[in-house]
Amino acid sequence: MRWGVIVFPGSCDEQDVYDCLKHNLRQKVEFLWHKDRLSGKLDCIVLPGGFSYGDYLRCGAMARFSPIMQGVIEFARKGGLVLGICNGFQILCEAGLLPGALTRNASLQFVCRQVFLRVEETDTPFTCSGKKGQLLKLPVKHGEGCYYAEPATLERLRKNRQILVRYVDGKGRTSPSANPNGSLEHIAGVCNEGRNVFGLMPHPEDAGEKLLGGEDGLKIFSSVIAACDKGEKRAWPG
Amino acid sequence: MARVSAKRYPQPSINADIIAGHGLSGEEYQKVVKILGREPNYTELGVFSVMWSEHCSYKSSKIHLKLLPTEGPAVLQGPGENAGVVNIGDGLAVVFKMESHNHPSFIEPYQGAATGVGGILRDIFTMGARPVASLNSLRFGSFDHPRTPYLLGGVVAGIGGYGNCVGVPTVGGELLFEESYNANILVNAFTLGIAEKKRIFKGNAKGIGNSLIYVGAKTGRDGIHGATMASEAFSEEAEKRRPTVQVGDPFTEKLLLEACLELMKGDSLVGIQDMGAAGLTSSAAEMAARGGTGVDLDLSRVPLRERGMTPYEILLSESQERMLIVAKKGREKEVQRVFEKWDLDAVVIGKVTRERMFRVLFDGCEVARIPVAALTSEAPLYHRPSERPQGQDELQKLDLEKIEEPKDLGASLKLLLDSPNIASKEWVYRQYDHFVRSNTVVAPGADAAVIRIKGSEKGLALTVDGNGRYCFLDPYVGGILAVAEAARNLACVGATPLGLSDCLNFGSPERPDVMWQFSQVIQGMRDACITLGVPVVSGNVSFYNETDGVPIYPTPTIAMVGLLPKVERYVTPWFKSPGDLVVLLGRNREELGGSEYLKVVHGMVKGTPPWIDLRLERAVQQSCLKAIEKGIIRSAHDISEGGLGVALAESCIAGPEKALGVRVELPEMMRGDARLFGESQSRIVVSLKGKDLSRLQEIARKEGAPMRVIGEVGGAHLVVHPLVRLAVDELKSMWSSSLERRLSRRN
Repeated sequence: MRWGVIVFPGSCDEQDVYDCLKHNLRQKVEFLWHKDRLSGKLDCIVLPGGFSYGDYLRCGAMARFSPIMQGVIEFARKGGLVLGICNGFQILCEAGLLPGALTRNASLQFVCRQVFLRVEETDTPFTCSGKKGQLLKLPVKHGEGCYYAEPATLERLRKNRQILVRYVDGKGRTSPSANPNGSLEHIAGVCNEGRNVFGLMPHPEDAGEKLLGGEDGLKIFSSVIAACDKGEKRAWPG
Repeated sequence: MARVSAKRYPQPSINADIIAGHGLSGEEYQKVVKILGREPNYTELGVFSVMWSEHCSYKSSKIHLKLLPTEGPAVLQGPGENAGVVNIGDGLAVVFKMESHNHPSFIEPYQGAATGVGGILRDIFTMGARPVASLNSLRFGSFDHPRTPYLLGGVVAGIGGYGNCVGVPTVGGELLFEESYNANILVNAFTLGIAEKKRIFKGNAKGIGNSLIYVGAKTGRDGIHGATMASEAFSEEAEKRRPTVQVGDPFTEKLLLEACLELMKGDSLVGIQDMGAAGLTSSAAEMAARGGTGVDLDLSRVPLRERGMTPYEILLSESQERMLIVAKKGREKEVQRVFEKWDLDAVVIGKVTRERMFRVLFDGCEVARIPVAALTSEAPLYHRPSERPQGQDELQKLDLEKIEEPKDLGASLKLLLDSPNIASKEWVYRQYDHFVRSNTVVAPGADAAVIRIKGSEKGLALTVDGNGRYCFLDPYVGGILAVAEAARNLACVGATPLGLSDCLNFGSPERPDVMWQFSQVIQGMRDACITLGVPVVSGNVSFYNETDGVPIYPTPTIAMVGLLPKVERYVTPWFKSPGDLVVLLGRNREELGGSEYLKVVHGMVKGTPPWIDLRLERAVQQSCLKAIEKGIIRSAHDISEGGLGVALAESCIAGPEKALGVRVELPEMMRGDARLFGESQSRIVVSLKGKDLSRLQEIARKEGAPMRVIGEVGGAHLVVHPLVRLAVDELKSMWSSSLERRLSRRN
């Protein structure tokens, strides 16, 4: 399968995603420049973390207007897999590909630390290699990761089982201290109704090697690989 | 010679007030007149004032700095360039430097600290290196001082706000509070980059006729040298005094970083330099000086942010995120194409000339014409008077018999672990991204940070250390101890020093007592560097850190970088498993002078700092390193502030997992407080499996380092028999929440 990693002006984690895919998972991966039109055959597009356009306006608010985003939206509509990490998650929300919004952390401070995620759903291409209730240890590093959505939207997310990962403690329990940013319902990541677009705040690409503290992040990427290998991505059409 | 058009650019005539307002002495002004063979015009005076300022010229420190060893087999570039460069093999080099941003951070903590980070990042990528790790060394006033929480919050947010956005991890640092910094905080920022050894770029204006290209952000009136205050008298419309602190734009920095590194892959670039202090003036003049050339600058072409800027303002602006590039003649378009891709300005503003003149044009008029050497090598140089202060002897007097030993040493240990200088700094470093670039092996909170080098087995260790209190009590010994501790911290993770960068933070060089401190610190640093084999490859001097005539403690901060031949062999400071033996490398001595204990428990800053024998120091470090290399060390922790008691406690509680207890015997015949809290140097606490003990003994014997088994990991308590018994869970929660607790109480 082929991966594309978008480089926005101000992206910071594109190299980490690239290296993780290429060196840890031996994947075919290429960078996509934000000013270009989306072209070529890709199976999964990653919007990496960072501070696109400096995040001076509202996180992700400028990047959604980058020329490449029109192509990403069409790609997603056709059922293509799109993964947004951190700033990428924010951009996907701004672009309307994912519901809700990411607001300032409850602490009003940037937060960088290891967190535990609990896998809530496994019938998506991003979590299919995991088990329900499985814990993943990943780092977060963001100033605006507090997930917010209207009550009606939240209700719909629950009903459609779109909440894929939640912040929990080392024993798998949700608690205020295990939630690094005050997200509603401890939400760390959600997918769209079609289950082919996934956004999460923690960084799987920075948890891809034992030397760096763990390889739980590979679970996310290898789920995508497994799903694509089985051609199952068509099981989640938009 | 075409003179400044007085009609078009009315410049104030120069008088004694204006000269003084520019910080030039009468003697210095006479030197200017002699060099030029005439009176300078106002613009030229501004140029001289910044280039001859202490900050740019090092006029008071240069003769002392020459004492420091700057060479070594692996050193590719010592001081004098934008940053130092050291060979690490495999065709790669590390490029690193530390710089101070003290005054701006006190005036405006967020922007001051942010632009400090921005400046040091540019110093690194301007040399062709991708920045991969940052550190910072911070000093604030007493925690109870009303301004401290505000300054701390602002500085930390500023460092994070800038570094995080540019995508460079902040992997370590140090933070201390002391009354001495109440009105003069220290913000020293360090960055390290990795470059291909053969593709190091320098600030060099070579090749007559080559183009000078201005790249990056536009120029505004921000940060114009403090000397500009003199211009208030000159301005017709009473222009409001602008803040002298620059405003950082990390997004533009990120674009500039990517654009510069992209440009450096080609061969159109001849030289490049950050427009840092003294902006366009210093970057152009310094590049010409290094290239043995001159420059013609046409200021009318400089991209401006505001209208009506005068040549004086354009030359002296310290607007951030700008670079000056020397590109091969005829290749300018290539440069411009790269910067266009990143949506940045790239404008040809001048050329390299033969006649070694710093020549500035504006609207077709020559507004400055100064020999390059006059601004650089011929700047004034001072051997300032220095004198040991009267009160130094009194300061060093410490009669231990008059210091009552607390009955409950456990309570003293808790007091220390809860004190801001020793408590966990997690509240600070969790605001810094320390994961980005996915290289971080040992994150903040250990003796030194460790990053791996992608595509190689090797790793780098980084630490920054400095104890102003020791230097205040004895600057010579303090200088030694700063270097020794940094090297010891590297040894504790398993790294051999490659080199160091220093920030020398002192009071006014015009005071003989401060100059004495300065020269003593340098001599101490030199002796330690030579014995421990660590070259000084870059650094900066920050004088005038004083308020109301009271200088700060003399504070050299030492950022040291080390190499781990096999990164997976790294060691962390916390205990690993019950049953491991605890060994003390080095020797306990009965000394409490200058200790954190004396300050926190007895409220005293007195005595002489700990004694040090550099040969013993070396033996202890080598033993630790060799044992780590053999893979027999499970944890290693340097003993520093708070002594053995604090070091043991930290090994129990500082790890990311659950706290582990330890049982230690300390039967020595000396006071209990000295045993627990004395800060004797050249000591490391290591833990290892019992079966490996004889191998460690063998190594220590060969190196000549004393060692002794002092206890065993296990249980739920920190037991130092017969002095202390404390539950580690309680210590951990107290130590890890102290800073946050204190801050929330204040808000």
